[in-house]
Amino acid sequence: MKAICWEGINKVSTERVPDPTILNPRDAIVRVLLSSVCGSDLHLLGGYIPAMREGDIIGHEFMGEIIEVGPEVKKLKKGDRVVVCSVLSCGGCEFCQREEYSLCDNSNAEPEWTEKAYGYPVAGIFGYSHALGGYAGSHAEYTRIPFAENTCFKIPEGVSNESALFTSDAFPTGYMAADFAGIQPGDTVVVWGCGGVGLMAMHSAWLLGAGRVIAIDQYPYRLEQARTRANAEVLNFREVDVLQALKEMTGGRGPDRCIDCVGMEADSTGIEKLYDYAKQYARLQNDRPAVLRQAIMACRKGGTVSVIGVYGGFIDKFPMGAAMNKGLTFRMGQQFGQKYIPTLLDIVARGEVDPAYLLTHKLSLDMGQEGYMMFKEKTDKNMRSVFAPAG
Amino acid sequence: METKHKTNVTTTGRVISVLGGAALAYYGWNRKASPLSKSLTTFGAYLIFRGASGYCAFNDALHIDKGHSDNKGFEVKSSVTILKPREEVYQFWRQLENLPKFMDYLEEVREADGKRSHWVAKIPKNIINKEALSTVEWDAEIIHQEENSRIAWRSLPASEIENSGEVRFTDAPANRGTVVQATISYHPPLGLAGELAAGLLNPAFRELVKQDLRRFKRLLEAGEIPTIIGQPSGRKNGKY
Repeated sequence: MKAICWEGINKVSTERVPDPTILNPRDAIVRVLLSSVCGSDLHLLGGYIPAMREGDIIGHEFMGEIIEVGPEVKKLKKGDRVVVCSVLSCGGCEFCQREEYSLCDNSNAEPEWTEKAYGYPVAGIFGYSHALGGYAGSHAEYTRIPFAENTCFKIPEGVSNESALFTSDAFPTGYMAADFAGIQPGDTVVVWGCGGVGLMAMHSAWLLGAGRVIAIDQYPYRLEQARTRANAEVLNFREVDVLQALKEMTGGRGPDRCIDCVGMEADSTGIEKLYDYAKQYARLQNDRPAVLRQAIMACRKGGTVSVIGVYGGFIDKFPMGAAMNKGLTFRMGQQFGQKYIPTLLDIVARGEVDPAYLLTHKLSLDMGQEGYMMFKEKTDKNMRSVFAPAG
Repeated sequence: METKHKTNVTTTGRVISVLGGAALAYYGWNRKASPLSKSLTTFGAYLIFRGASGYCAFNDALHIDKGHSDNKGFEVKSSVTILKPREEVYQFWRQLENLPKFMDYLEEVREADGKRSHWVAKIPKNIINKEALSTVEWDAEIIHQEENSRIAWRSLPASEIENSGEVRFTDAPANRGTVVQATISYHPPLGLAGELAAGLLNPAFRELVKQDLRRFKRLLEAGEIPTIIGQPSGRKNGKY
């Protein structure tokens, strides 16, 4: 089959590889219909996640059709149209029992990496480096799905492939960010980052009772999406002083809930930008935490900072004094997809939110490099490049 | 409480540690990045330190002072929590035929009667080339068992690998399942080769026991042991 493989920094290539087979009793094989790029893939492409190996098949946000199931898979059958959660969970460990699926003890096939780096191993994720299990990703004609009954969700009739696709990752991730923010009715919610996850966090903030949603980015076309699709007030951090603007907009109180949907490769301005780039280049910090710093500074006293943008390692100049003395609450984590996906599929089926608009460029697997570069460079108003292996 | 590191490695052991450590570190460093090569490099660096300083943290932790006394073998302790009732966890282990399902190098265990059993393992011929395996066999007997809480065994005299072990099963607090604590010890043959084997293999052995317990947990909680061996990739050498 064809698959898009990571070959090195900013380099992917479409290769012929063997078809996947059932390796464990709870596995299934899915014929991939749509597979999206994700902002977190850019950390892999940029070389910021160290456990990549040349030839790794990438991609983790996808939907398709079941073509084969292992002997222990009872609730799925050949022909089922499913959306696949990007994060793997065994269902049987303490964390899965608590619905904290991305903390699963057992789904990471290469637990040694994160056990060393983080103290304990975290869950496996499709196509997201050997630190997160080394699982072959979804930018391929077929993908093996471990723990298939936990990982696959049947798509309700009447929901299109395009609308269902983003309930794999962008929507549940954004929804969890809003959930973790602890939104109270009428709260002012600020979302940094107007990519797929950020936009979904804005829709979710409304669903969870926000009174006001403010979006921050630097790309006018993405801010336009936030304004028109997600009904957000928008701030371009290239044009305004964000901290001052947020204070003004909230009568001097500051926003109640601050959501970081950017993560480790944040762009910033001025001296802070030079500082973070230099330290990252010199390997003195792994991540550039400009958004996180800004969110902490912006947040009102006693407010919540919810972090869903991906961080990998160490950060520098973390304003702990501000966080502590203002009594902030922090919530963060990779998505607990299995907890949210059924609810979100219902929301999509009822037409309350239709994430299909994120799909701006549908491409063949042969267009892997072009798809990623367009997404990375934000050309042609790209929101998400989506590969359609079957055309 | 002593604050300064004491010497607890024999002179021969120190020389071997430095040489072996340097070789391992060099080998690991030159290999492609993988958990194995990283572990080799780290372990090699540790051995160099061990040889140069004459201090071994493992010996210290296990109260082995080989700088000053004879080698009495070594033991490894490791524990894991499994979200399953204690009876189920104990019974799965007590059925010794199950052990090869999660113990990496174990090929087969046959219970002769309620007490005696025959063990077959394939172990690497040396620490560098994990692919080259040789078969070892031994007989063991259960020397102690308490239903649902403890099982202990030891190899019978004249075994190729003299070893013993004990596994304790206790309830984890707040309904968090069962804590499994394994203590495995083995006595390498005496002499220089034995000293070398013990010094070099102890950390690797510790890692092995830990991995085996992890697989045990996975098998019971997930019903299978997650793997990526056999999946496709774009690597020309066909490696998963």
